[in-house]
Amino acid sequence: MTRPLDFPPAFGPTDVMAVPTDPPDQRIEVGILIVGAGPGGLACAIRLGQLLEERPDIKERLGEVPVAVLEKGKQPGSHLLSGAVVQPRALRELFRGRLTMADIPTYGQVPGEAVYALTRRTSYRIPAPPTMRNHGNFILSVSELGRFLAQQAESLGIAVLPETPATRLLVQEGRVVGARTGDRGRGRNGERLANFEAGSDVVAGVTVLADGTQGLLSSAAIERFGLAGENPQIWALGVKEVWRVRRPLRRIIHTMGWPLRAFAGYGEFGGSFVYPMGDDLVSVGFVAGLESRDVELSVHDLLQEFKTHRLVWSILRGGERVAWGAKTITEGGFYSLPRRFNAPGLLLVGEGAGLVNVPRLKGIHYAIESGRLAAEAAFRVLERGEVPSRIGALDSYDASLRRSGLWQELYEVRNMRQAFDKGFFVGGALASAMTVTKGHAPNGRRPTHPNAAAPLVRTGRARRYPKPDGKYIFDKLSSVFASGNRTRDDQPSHLRVETRVRRPVAEAWEWMCPAHVYEVGRDLGEGMVSVHVTPSNCVQCGAITAKGGQLTPPEGGSGPEYTVT
Amino acid sequence: MKFLVFLEHYHGELEKGGLGVLSKAASLGEAAGVVLGPEAREVAGGAGAYGASTVYVSEDEAFASPLPQPRVDALAALVGQTSPDAVLFGASVLASDVAAGLAARLEAGLNWDLTDLVLEGDELVGKRPALGDTVLVDVGWTGAPRIALVRAGALDPVESGGSATVEDFEVGFSDFSTLATLVEQTQEESSGPSIEDADVIVAGGRGLGSPEAFSLCEQLASALGGAVGATRAVVDAGWYPYSTQVGQTGKTVSPRLYVACGISGAIQHKVGMQGSGTIVAINKDPNAPIFDFCDLGVVGDLHQVVPKLTELVRARRGDH
Amino acid sequence: MRIAVCVKHVPDATVHKRIDPTSKRLDRSGEGALNPTDLNAVEEALRIKEAHGGEVVLVSLGPAKSMDSLRKALAMGADRALLVADDAVAGSDLVATTAPLARALERESPDLVLFGQASSDGDGAVLWAAVADRLRRPLVSQVASLTVETDSITGKRQTEHGYDVIRAPLPAVVAVSDAINEPRYPSLKGIMGAKSKPQETLDLAAIGIDVGLVGEAGSKTTVLELGPPPSRGDQVKIEDDGSGAEKIVEYLLERRLI
Repeated sequence: MTRPLDFPPAFGPTDVMAVPTDPPDQRIEVGILIVGAGPGGLACAIRLGQLLEERPDIKERLGEVPVAVLEKGKQPGSHLLSGAVVQPRALRELFRGRLTMADIPTYGQVPGEAVYALTRRTSYRIPAPPTMRNHGNFILSVSELGRFLAQQAESLGIAVLPETPATRLLVQEGRVVGARTGDRGRGRNGERLANFEAGSDVVAGVTVLADGTQGLLSSAAIERFGLAGENPQIWALGVKEVWRVRRPLRRIIHTMGWPLRAFAGYGEFGGSFVYPMGDDLVSVGFVAGLESRDVELSVHDLLQEFKTHRLVWSILRGGERVAWGAKTITEGGFYSLPRRFNAPGLLLVGEGAGLVNVPRLKGIHYAIESGRLAAEAAFRVLERGEVPSRIGALDSYDASLRRSGLWQELYEVRNMRQAFDKGFFVGGALASAMTVTKGHAPNGRRPTHPNAAAPLVRTGRARRYPKPDGKYIFDKLSSVFASGNRTRDDQPSHLRVETRVRRPVAEAWEWMCPAHVYEVGRDLGEGMVSVHVTPSNCVQCGAITAKGGQLTPPEGGSGPEYTVT
Repeated sequence: MKFLVFLEHYHGELEKGGLGVLSKAASLGEAAGVVLGPEAREVAGGAGAYGASTVYVSEDEAFASPLPQPRVDALAALVGQTSPDAVLFGASVLASDVAAGLAARLEAGLNWDLTDLVLEGDELVGKRPALGDTVLVDVGWTGAPRIALVRAGALDPVESGGSATVEDFEVGFSDFSTLATLVEQTQEESSGPSIEDADVIVAGGRGLGSPEAFSLCEQLASALGGAVGATRAVVDAGWYPYSTQVGQTGKTVSPRLYVACGISGAIQHKVGMQGSGTIVAINKDPNAPIFDFCDLGVVGDLHQVVPKLTELVRARRGDH
Repeated sequence: MRIAVCVKHVPDATVHKRIDPTSKRLDRSGEGALNPTDLNAVEEALRIKEAHGGEVVLVSLGPAKSMDSLRKALAMGADRALLVADDAVAGSDLVATTAPLARALERESPDLVLFGQASSDGDGAVLWAAVADRLRRPLVSQVASLTVETDSITGKRQTEHGYDVIRAPLPAVVAVSDAINEPRYPSLKGIMGAKSKPQETLDLAAIGIDVGLVGEAGSKTTVLELGPPPSRGDQVKIEDDGSGAEKIVEYLLERRLI
């Protein structure tokens, strides 16, 4: 049986660790360094900004740049993508006494909701499972939220630095001391071009990793400091489009079933979402777990197939696609959480630390909440005049996470995702049992299996994908274009993959990748083929990392330029 | 409507760009030309055949160098003397600067990158592609004169017979117009036009199969007097230099003729060449997206079609 | 030596670029960046400053949020940014744009004014010549290589026929092509230091420009209508049966392309 796991790239967590190498006077010193300007990183920055505003004496001690946020995208929001329906609790807490939800860019509260089970031709409305009740929640674009939060952070004096990826975690004598930023101006073979600019060592007393799904530094840190949880982490891939529509949609919709197949052996878990964004925009997305085994499973094309269903057609008909994007979603849940969220000089926040509730489809408010708690933990250390890199100094962060509402919520659904390993119907039954009993039954920890370990099968699935017409059904390259991706071509490849693999693995990667980065190359004999990689198509969704390779950040500013996703 | 058309000349011949604009002007109203520089009197008469009734000339020393600012003085003076309704230019490095300088001097409206001019009733309307040639905008002017800069090569010279009176005119120069001086001029024996300036581009994509097959494109380009372009995929593979890459992350081109050999036509490439006048595509895949937006699509083996095409073009041109 | 670089914040070239059907102008909402060829001008200015000393000041006309893009140029090493932002400027054509721009430049009394050669939003391609006329200073455009002396500049300029070498005394206006240099990436220190560099935003009144000279009122051109581009006409698709090449030649002859 061929498994992607069997073809690892020549790259591992140790490649992500480094010690500072810049001469001390060239290093950039900041008080607290945050990696990632997503909701988690920016919430952390904002909370720190608020706390430091009240304590100028502590702020002074942090130096010229008290807090800096590194963001690999062109600007905050460029690499953010989600549904999204957000629970407002964490935002309200973050901005308590300063802003209300009315000041935050959203598309209003969920007007109504419906859940459907789909077959090819029909849809059956089913009662919304308790985990999927969104009354009181807000619809928003996480990309727009990112831009807003960045402005808030900047108004508090935080340095938000876009086009600046963190490519190495700086660790010295068992302590995290900062991160190194990426080089710019290298050619395809790594050579220095005329405008080569080396990255810098950014050193800080506390480093907060908020680098999201497939966060390179987070996963390396978890490995390095022995923080991994009981179950291996697993992911799903979500692909979405934003459409300008003729008629307003007045409710949020979730579906399950078609076009995914119920049989457990295929490992197809997921569903779709259709969310209104104001009167004239609709977000439609499809999510499928990456433990899927079919070589030809392509979430990009599943979304296109999904759009052919009458239910969706009636909403999008006559409209126009205005955006497209893709991103993996951390799915392991409670048992895949790191066993500790801090290490000397280090705090782990948000999705990179596994804080996503898949059954509730919620992660943004966990990111914000954990970001806020991380800021408070770091601040307490400073207040006490302690050295943040002392072992245990940041343990109060873990304690506050465990006391928070998100912990209980994650615990309740701790086995729900894994139940679907048994297929849609058994999984559904198990999930219902778990919901009703608030997670107490069935008991015990259900294991997860790494996505790349799933042996591949072939079922001719691709025949069902609809043919692109450039107006309603799109091909991958058109979608990449619609993501705003204009990545510079002549830079080194940022994707670490083995390029001599068994044919089914290459084919699986070709179908899996929503941006058409991987293609089956030359026949090398004995069932092996080469893999042709086009890194400039990459929208940095992270699917390759889940399926046997490793995504690393390309040159700063590369990748998609999401604005409304 | 009364037009004044800026005409350039090089090595004793009037340039096509200006003549094309002149032909258009003559079809819309009364057209006069202006030629400046050495040999102006000699070449000016030739404009009559393209519709000019009068051609104003000056061979003043100041026009010996191809510099814009003295020409702004000249046209401003001429506008003052002859009161045309519109002053037209065919875009070139020099003409663009003159047109803009003149607009500032006369506080007049300038519309540029026009691909056509029409009269709607009594009003002059320019047609201008925008947003990567995906939208066509109608533009107009308020006040006079109306200054128009037409995209290079957009209008073809049309001979209408006829002759022109050639008239000298006096120019006074502003204090700053002659401060810039020409130190040196080099004519380049180029190996062919650069991809940005080329009238014809023959581009190759993955369908070529190998870097060696680019010679097919080179030979066709040479026969057609054009430049060679490449897609991102083949540049990535090292088959051809990045400077020839056409597309979203390469160059945007709009030649009169674009021949796409073995190119599928993904949108990343399309946006770099969709403004081309005529697109001919040769590809063995009948479903290639390029067949949706080319003018002439040939489903076939480019390794057969392209050499044959080169041969036929060479035969027509009488060289072998 | 004071070098002024005229830069422009343009809408980012993403799929959202569209013309607003009501105003018929380019929809400039949403994010933007510095016009790419302006970076070549900024880079050239920085190199001149590094060789001759002096100051590089960015001058721009645009909406208030343009300052974000100007900051990126400050991060590259420019010293100051001056932005003329005024609602009245919206809808200005070439003539109306150059009035405030030239006035802002005069205010700075630069020795050298640099422009980038083209604008990705279709608004440029001619601006520098109009500004040079208003400033009444010599102009050299399409410069692929620039040498600066104490009192003059020499530019190597590409034309359709080859190269011209042009000299002009300072103060002068120079438009550089994208072949002139490879713009540097800002260093992280540069990015972090940009915030504290002087950034001035002025309205029209502050530079003494009458509102009537700008905007639609001050413009002498109008946008009448938008439409789809002329259709490409009939598409022809044929299968090569050996005569494909001949058919192509026929087609090209018909259209006088050969």
